[in-house]
Amino acid sequence: MIGNDLLGIEDLEREDIQRILDTAVHMAEVSEREVKKVPTLRGRTIVNLFFESSTRTRASFEIAGKRLSADVVNFSPATSSLKKAESILDTARTLDAMDPDCVVVRHAVAGVPKRIAEVLDAPVVNAGDGAHEHPTQALLDLFTVQQEKGRLDGLSIAIVGDILHSRVARSNIYGFTKMGAEVRVAAPPPMIPPSIESLGVKASSSLREALDGADVVMALRIQSERLAGSYIPSIREYANTFGIDRAKLAYAKDDAIVMHPGPVNRGVELSHDLTDDRPSVILDQVRNGVAVRMAVLYLLTGRRPRAVAAPDEGGLVT
Amino acid sequence: MSRILILGGRLLDPASARDETADLLLEGGCIAAAGSDLDSRGAEVIDAAGCWVAPGFVDLHTHLREPGQEHKEDIASGGRSAVAGGFTSLACMANTEPVNDDPATTDYIIDRARQESPARVYPIAAATKGLKGEIMTEMSALMAAGAVAFSDDGKTIMDSGLMRRILEYSRLVEVPVVVHCEDRMLVLDGVVNEGPVSTKLGLPGNPAAAEEVHVSRDVRLAELTGAHLHVAHVSTAGAVKTIREARERGVSITAEATPHHLTLTDAAALDYDTNTKVAPPLRSAADVEACRRGLVDGTIDCVATDHAPHAVHEKDQEYTAAPPGLIGFETAVPVVLDLVRRDEISPLELIRRFSTNPAHIIQRPGGSLADGEPGDVVVIDPNRRWTYDPAKGYSKSRNSPWAGLEMIGRTVATLVEGRLVYHVDRGVLVP
Amino acid sequence: MPENDAGGARTIFTDTGIRRALMRIAHEILERNEDPTNLYLVAIPNGGVPLARQLAANLREIASSEPEVGVLDTTLYRDDLATRSERPALRETVMPAEVDDRIVVLVDDVVKTGRTIRAAMDALMDFGRPRAVQLVGLVDRGHRELPIKIDFVGKNLPTSPGEHVRLLGATGGADGPLEIVVLPEGQSLESARQGGSEAKARTMLGGAA
Repeated sequence: MIGNDLLGIEDLEREDIQRILDTAVHMAEVSEREVKKVPTLRGRTIVNLFFESSTRTRASFEIAGKRLSADVVNFSPATSSLKKAESILDTARTLDAMDPDCVVVRHAVAGVPKRIAEVLDAPVVNAGDGAHEHPTQALLDLFTVQQEKGRLDGLSIAIVGDILHSRVARSNIYGFTKMGAEVRVAAPPPMIPPSIESLGVKASSSLREALDGADVVMALRIQSERLAGSYIPSIREYANTFGIDRAKLAYAKDDAIVMHPGPVNRGVELSHDLTDDRPSVILDQVRNGVAVRMAVLYLLTGRRPRAVAAPDEGGLVT
Repeated sequence: MSRILILGGRLLDPASARDETADLLLEGGCIAAAGSDLDSRGAEVIDAAGCWVAPGFVDLHTHLREPGQEHKEDIASGGRSAVAGGFTSLACMANTEPVNDDPATTDYIIDRARQESPARVYPIAAATKGLKGEIMTEMSALMAAGAVAFSDDGKTIMDSGLMRRILEYSRLVEVPVVVHCEDRMLVLDGVVNEGPVSTKLGLPGNPAAAEEVHVSRDVRLAELTGAHLHVAHVSTAGAVKTIREARERGVSITAEATPHHLTLTDAAALDYDTNTKVAPPLRSAADVEACRRGLVDGTIDCVATDHAPHAVHEKDQEYTAAPPGLIGFETAVPVVLDLVRRDEISPLELIRRFSTNPAHIIQRPGGSLADGEPGDVVVIDPNRRWTYDPAKGYSKSRNSPWAGLEMIGRTVATLVEGRLVYHVDRGVLVP
Repeated sequence: MPENDAGGARTIFTDTGIRRALMRIAHEILERNEDPTNLYLVAIPNGGVPLARQLAANLREIASSEPEVGVLDTTLYRDDLATRSERPALRETVMPAEVDDRIVVLVDDVVKTGRTIRAAMDALMDFGRPRAVQLVGLVDRGHRELPIKIDFVGKNLPTSPGEHVRLLGATGGADGPLEIVVLPEGQSLESARQGGSEAKARTMLGGAA
């Protein structure tokens, strides 16, 4: 079952994922109403604790929280002068003293949301940690594919790009494989993490091989400033070999859809026209992100059973 | 000086290959006699029934943090923690503030140790000025001040030409050059062993090749120069193999392994506990296995803790930002006893790697229970069960991956120069 | 004609009885509301849905004008969300027409405390401003905790607060046989009765009575 926190897709069972997706269907309906707001989390406080800036994800969580009537507070230690004055755990303890009902954490280093969750009473949602996980992104991707294809089981998903540095790739690998889809990854060899097969995927340095017969083609963002010259010779060479245009998309199934977690480097990961038009579903991903995050916030903010030490056993009773 | 009789223990003396139940008498700071029915009039008696009695442990790799980082540890607290773990002699690394790269600092450390530390302290001086890897230190002067070896430890000397000259020059003073083998350009920002675990954690990986490249380089340079190379904290199967082959060729090389690299795999990092962050990183199960085999077959000469204290707030950071290192004195015995429990090594051979071999490497007394040898003795109860709590230990720091775990085996008593400096029931008996 | 089955569920309203009551209620609705074209039936899932469908069919039969049927999930408006640890599953909301200036007739199967009806009214107001809101409750159990009155009631049923009263039958269409059962205190629907896959599915979604 869904625990107190959402730290990664790795921790979830298939039933948990399905429950979140089922809930998101109804949250999507709320988002289509004229009054896009329900009183569910009235009087609750959600803190967006973003050590790493991310306008898009933060805005998505903020809108999700507000549509559920929660008070949403944005706290970005990285952008304040606090940066090195306080350890992450001190920041977490400080926040905890303000009694938030849910804390959404993003950090450039893997593992920070987990460490914070160990300190906090409130449920923690991982909004992306280093190259580890970005569970709500994977959930919105699963939701979008489910919406498009009507199923997840038995689909072929090709993830293309910098797998090594990608938390989106890892969360999606866990998510899609748990839901019965087959995942292949393709990247220039320096961008394929060691032993990636241990996560249950097929890795290839051939785009054609990875795309062959795929139902979904997911391109990842290339951090050009960091990678060009060291992991890949140049952006131009990457665009030529791994950039996806309509010609390369032809390797995939005729009805394949194209996804990207955004923001897209146009002409690098995806050709210009593929960024905007079908079969690209990039804007649906963004839209669904709000619904999925509403579902996650709803499901995680139930009243937490208080741990009470049983007088005669000393164990935990909930 | 007082007389102490250690009664009824299992005497393990690698120097004489002695392994039998006997009493041990210390007198005048030295081992006086071993046997039964010893003349023990007026002697303080330590009951060692069911325990091992062995030459005090010699730790070739420690960070005592003084001078300069006394909030993590100082010579007094480090020395106390060491004797509580059974270590009677410590070699301490040069990465203090200021760096131990001149005789005055070496002198200071030795002086402080004499006053404050229940364990003997032997400074390892820097191999290059300021650990910068640019200018060689004055080895003769440092030797004269008391340095027992030279090392830049964590600051791997990347300039192969300079490394060659350091090894060559070290032949003048005939002490080992201790190397921390990690190619910094291959490590880059890596913090966990590169492999399935780094992939799963999403943390930057540090490949085994980073260590192996430099072990190979330094072995070749030792071969070229004839110097004594000592490889610190061997952690990979490839490094063990390279060292084994070099020894077979007759290269003057010794090596150490840490309790953590002998028992913990990179899987220990799966909870992002920064107390599992060490340099070199915890490796795969196959690497751990190879290190154990290397220790058993003598490729690796000794166990060294790489005791590296860091304050709680320093470890309470992001995994990438937290400094590497763990405290190791008080857990070394129970942790490494795992090899005895699994019948991989005999108690006598294990003691050889804790005492006799490391004493020999730095050419210092110890490692023997022969009459007239210094009275550095440790009494170990190999079966005692206890729970490790760093807060109750003697180190100023608490950065241990074994915190809260049940341990089997514990140091019961430690004697330095014929004097009881630690007893498990009485604690450290400060000088 | 109460009857007991093996699991201890007691049927207190049979399919015939329910359909008869819905026909009567359709007549009462028309009596109260002169313009049937302005009616908008809004069902509270799950129990309200087959009832609203049947009512709509009845109204078409009587007044030859079939009102729209909407489905309005009240879960996100519940007043006990802050005190429960387990999050109830959400159900479908389908509102095919605007509610502004319409006579909205809320349809629920079992009305007890009135809290669900309160939630439904709040939800409804977020969709617009109806001219009036009326309430159909197939079974009125009493035990009201809010000042809510049922306009069109199928049957008054005095029960003890711990008993469960459930509508069994088709969730979607109006065709399947319906029945209202009473479950003794502490008894779950699963243990009491396996009323086919639909009833089972509804059990998993949980009741909001």
